[in-house]
Amino acid sequence: MDALIAKLKTQIIEQLNLEGVSPDDISPDDSLFGEGLGLDSIDALELIVLLEKNYGLKIENPADGKKIFATIRTIAEYITAHGKA
Amino acid sequence: MSICISTYCSIRNNQIKLNGEALLTKGVEVPFNEFIKSAYDLNASPYLKFFKMDDLCKLAFITSEFLLKNRKLSEQYGAENVSLLFANTSSSLDTDINYYNTVKDFASPSLFVYTLPNIMLGEISIRNKFKGENAFFVFEHFQADFLCNYATQLIQEQKAKTVVIGWVELLNENYEAFLCLAEETPDGTELTNENLNKYYNG
Amino acid sequence: MKTVFAAQGNIISSLGFTAEENFSAMEQGRTGIQKFTREDFLPFSFYASLVDDGKLNEKFSALNNKQNFTRLEKIFILSIADVIEESGLDIKAGNTLLIISTTKGNINLLEEENYGGFSEKRLLLSDMASEVARYFGMKNSPLVLSNACISGVLAIITAQRLIRSGQYENVIVSGGDLVSEFTLSGFNSFKALSDEPCKPYDAARKGITLGEGCGTLLLTSDENLLNNNDKKIIVAGGSVSNDANHISGPSRTGEELALAVTNATKEAQCGIAIDFISAHGTATAFNDEMESKAFSVAGLQNVPLNSMKGFFGHTLGAAGVIEAVVTLETMKRNVLLPSQGFQNSGVSEQLNIITQREKREVNTSLKTASGFGGCNAAVIFKSI
Repeated sequence: MDALIAKLKTQIIEQLNLEGVSPDDISPDDSLFGEGLGLDSIDALELIVLLEKNYGLKIENPADGKKIFATIRTIAEYITAHGKA
Repeated sequence: MSICISTYCSIRNNQIKLNGEALLTKGVEVPFNEFIKSAYDLNASPYLKFFKMDDLCKLAFITSEFLLKNRKLSEQYGAENVSLLFANTSSSLDTDINYYNTVKDFASPSLFVYTLPNIMLGEISIRNKFKGENAFFVFEHFQADFLCNYATQLIQEQKAKTVVIGWVELLNENYEAFLCLAEETPDGTELTNENLNKYYNG
Repeated sequence: MKTVFAAQGNIISSLGFTAEENFSAMEQGRTGIQKFTREDFLPFSFYASLVDDGKLNEKFSALNNKQNFTRLEKIFILSIADVIEESGLDIKAGNTLLIISTTKGNINLLEEENYGGFSEKRLLLSDMASEVARYFGMKNSPLVLSNACISGVLAIITAQRLIRSGQYENVIVSGGDLVSEFTLSGFNSFKALSDEPCKPYDAARKGITLGEGCGTLLLTSDENLLNNNDKKIIVAGGSVSNDANHISGPSRTGEELALAVTNATKEAQCGIAIDFISAHGTATAFNDEMESKAFSVAGLQNVPLNSMKGFFGHTLGAAGVIEAVVTLETMKRNVLLPSQGFQNSGVSEQLNIITQREKREVNTSLKTASGFGGCNAAVIFKSI
């Protein structure tokens, strides 16, 4: 799980062009949207692409994304439960 | 009071000029991304959304930051009275091509949203809380007469109190941005075809 | 200040090649949206409203033109030619301007090998517009407007301003866009495509259906160009605003669309005395919700309203003009058309959504649009 979390941090920073953010700045339980990292609806769509591209996971309904993308840990848990990472 | 160009800013050939005075100059060999990042650093007002923008919006955004520095137009005139009138040659074609290159693999939503030229107006509006008239036109070349007439009409008919006139073009590393502020003010150069052309060329 | 009349209009869509054909189809409750399987567009089946290629090429070859035009240029040319023929306008005169409204123009050339045999320059919107204007031998260079989904309405507002101030006597506003792999893949990446025909304002709406086509409308200060038997309709007011909120998500309050509407009604001096609203109604969750709030803020919640996206799909840069032409037909015929695909309200504020064709006097209409970049536009048509 820790390795997956570390990998996700790097992938998210790169995919979402999070300038000036380093993996150490993000705690696995920080909320990604709203306060926290301040991601928006377009970032959520890019996260859907990230999961499909890197983990072969398809999320058809963006509303499902809200729960899955709450924190880095919830994403990692979703991948562990559904993916082949 | 007549409608004047109160301030103007251009970015071309890796040089930023505000009211004719050079603020930043880099060698022509410096790639656009590097140049625009140093322009962002020079502006010294952090805005992380900048890094998510496509190149066209980065260019428009940075030019507007320099143009509007020290001005609070929304407070001065009311958000609904600040208008944006922009144009260019290639619309969003540079990003259209970048987006289309992702389609065969995984179409990128964050690129797709930038495949419209008026997103520049959206980004500048969000940053400055401008809620007035906005329009984006496409011309083969800079058209001072049209832009001048349209901006004048907006102000004369009280649809706007001030208009940011913009020409922001970018395709394959060739870019050019020129923005100016038109408003009724006693000190400025009168907004005419000739003066607009002069500032654009200067 | 000159008075600006709305004269003849044309629509080319899946429902027909004239305004008349389109309106009749809509009156009969026919939608132009169908299911398509086209792997060059999307890897799965999708709903869309597409212009029939067979009919298009048949009509275009009747023009006996030798030059090679792109698919969208052919649609533009046929649509404009119909308006010129109906109106008898001298298209070559110096006091006539063409405004082309489009979001993506010839973007489908990117998808074809070697740009479909055309020059790469044809991807430029101004190049495409020049080709169309050159076909008609127009004197003035066309004006090209590209402002996301408000392009069509903004083009009408721009035309009104240019005529009112006396810069031109006649302006032909023509809005066109295609359905392409480019747009379908993009809206799909936004998870915004409905897997059934779109249902604007409905509780079960699932997103947009894309459409293609062209709407053309002649605006003029010359009363002699109007059809004698028709109501005289003027473009009475128009306004544009920006949400200043998010580049793809609409305003959470609707206040900015309401601002454009209120400014337009002020210019038209009609207050809330409006008989019909042709709204944007894309059938995405957020857009329709924002509109319901905006019309409520503007005090227009009781005015009969429809979205035409259920008939044409979302035709992007064409939508504003196509829907304005239908709005003008609605006024001339005094027939309100239902909002196709709507059954149960799925927006938080009250709207008076038209569910059945109805004969009713329609003398003042509001057409609105909203789009990416946070833009909103509103225009008022009034019969005098």
